[in-house]
Amino acid sequence: MNSELRICDVSLRDGSHVVRHQFTVDQVVSIARALDEAGVSMVEVSHGDGLGGSSLQYGLSRTDELELIGAARSVLKRAKLTVLLLPGIGTREDLKAARDLGAEVVRIATHCTEADIAEQHIGFARDLGMEVAGFLMMAHMIAPAELAAQARLMDRYGAHAVYVTDSAGALTVDGARERVRAIREAVRCEVGFHGHNNLSLAVANTLAAIEEGATWIDGAVRGFGAGAGNTATEVLAAVLDRIGRNPGLDVFRLMDIAEEMVPPVMGKPAVIDRASLTLGYCGVYSSFLRHAEKASDRFGVDAREILVEVGRRNAVGGQEDMIIEVALELSRRRSPAAG
Amino acid sequence: MASDERPRPRIRCAILGSGNIGTDLMAKLMRSRVLEVQAMAGIEAASPGLARAREAGIVASARGIDGLLELNPLPEIVFDATSAHAHRVHARRLGDAGIVAIDLTPAAVGDYVVPAVNLHERIGASNLNLVTCGGQATIPIVAAVNRVAAVEYAEIVATIASASAGPGTRQNIDEFTQTTARGLERLGGAKRGKAIIVLNPAEPPIMMRDTIYISFEPGASHEEIAASIGRMVREIQRYVPGYRLRTEPLFDEDRVTVMIEVEGAGDFLPRYSGNLDIMTAAAVRVGEEIARNMLSGLSPARPGAGGSA
Repeated sequence: MNSELRICDVSLRDGSHVVRHQFTVDQVVSIARALDEAGVSMVEVSHGDGLGGSSLQYGLSRTDELELIGAARSVLKRAKLTVLLLPGIGTREDLKAARDLGAEVVRIATHCTEADIAEQHIGFARDLGMEVAGFLMMAHMIAPAELAAQARLMDRYGAHAVYVTDSAGALTVDGARERVRAIREAVRCEVGFHGHNNLSLAVANTLAAIEEGATWIDGAVRGFGAGAGNTATEVLAAVLDRIGRNPGLDVFRLMDIAEEMVPPVMGKPAVIDRASLTLGYCGVYSSFLRHAEKASDRFGVDAREILVEVGRRNAVGGQEDMIIEVALELSRRRSPAAG
Repeated sequence: MASDERPRPRIRCAILGSGNIGTDLMAKLMRSRVLEVQAMAGIEAASPGLARAREAGIVASARGIDGLLELNPLPEIVFDATSAHAHRVHARRLGDAGIVAIDLTPAAVGDYVVPAVNLHERIGASNLNLVTCGGQATIPIVAAVNRVAAVEYAEIVATIASASAGPGTRQNIDEFTQTTARGLERLGGAKRGKAIIVLNPAEPPIMMRDTIYISFEPGASHEEIAASIGRMVREIQRYVPGYRLRTEPLFDEDRVTVMIEVEGAGDFLPRYSGNLDIMTAAAVRVGEEIARNMLSGLSPARPGAGGSA
């Protein structure tokens, strides 16, 4: 087994949710350059919902993501420029455009039961000569054996790695461990793990995943990602260093980026508050948080109530429109005479 | 030219494709007063769709388009419920035989047709394409807004049950988003269109739902827009009874959000697969209009109506 860990920092993609897709070229350039110097293997840059995600549904990008991708390309020396694509949102055309600007790695993300919609895009990425990982989102929603069956499909389509993607930050340690193990036993390709910290388990889950053989590991510096944030890259680096698995990350440099460079960009810090904890507790897609907060203001309903109801209706990633509808219904239930 | 026999009461049609869509289409067409289903053709002799066709007393062929082109007399209209790839071949052969093709695949060989929007403009065409299920459900709303306020941008999100997304959709998901986006522009009238599709695996399966975000010219009347949308919804309900607004249109300055859902008629396909039902219902609506047109003697091409009769 290849035991060399590859750390992918997703802050310039998952963090896009936090800033409602308002990244500027200067922000991306400074953070990407610093992450590259700190030794991460991959730097992911895209709209939060992947290539082509700029929309009224998910939020319009302030800066065209291709401009951000091109800007990141100009400063990355060692780290591979990485993008995200969700079939159904982005297309092969979008991927080609990113590749032409120098993207080297792509993660093709589907809901955990829908791996077969990624066949076209994984094959196309291979044809473009890119490294490609399958990203099975909301992995907590199905049992390890079912997840492994979906991972096997992505492996067969040509993925170099398949991720257990804990989009809702809802996995507990055993849940993360069992899922990575099941996939590890089912596929020839490598296994990855992407965590969110909604239950304060992101580092613990990531460590369990590594113990089970996961080698593509996602983090976001200062946890700069949706919900209560991702596995904090600087914390992960410190932990990996302590257990003798540091793949060349500069721990102090990452701490400096987390402390000095990211906070002014990030605005509100990634914290486990009642709303983000609700995501993990009820198993709701982390990037719904900002939308629920917005709907909460617009319709005067508790964000938690919205998230719980959206979770109860089995919303999957991408169904942000359901948040508006649920908020509207909840507000009417409260004041039936209105509107 | 037209024979001297009395006008036939119904126009002959046939179905190409014996899968779920073809079978649902057959159930709907069997009730038609202007269309007579002559045959269904598939490529697998053991397909349940062909067995149903035999039970219904129509010709069932496992020889695909060859089976249909051997019929005597030939069908006047063929509904193609196969795949985009197959339709590209079928389109030429049907065209050569002078048969009108109603295409339910995303091949987009012929002009886009959405019954509530442009059926009458396309009635004489030899190949009519039904865009996509998401297009059938959302383009009319965009067109309704565009009738009273120029649409700058239209974006739709179609959420469908995983169970009702067949292998054709799954393996060609880019075709869905790209074809739907083009339809929003060409038929809906949006200056720019974007389409997103989300598959939801929940059990029991969810009903097809679409959210339509429309940015329109500043200052347009919200009342007029809402009224135009309301008229359009009633028009669609004439052929898709399970089509409805989930809430009234939500306005936010120069933008309106419309949420709809489509419940299937449950002819053959389950009720949750409104995405498939809206395609077969639209196909029948288009076919019947063409048939009425042929019966009233307005349409020139009538294969089989001349020589051999």
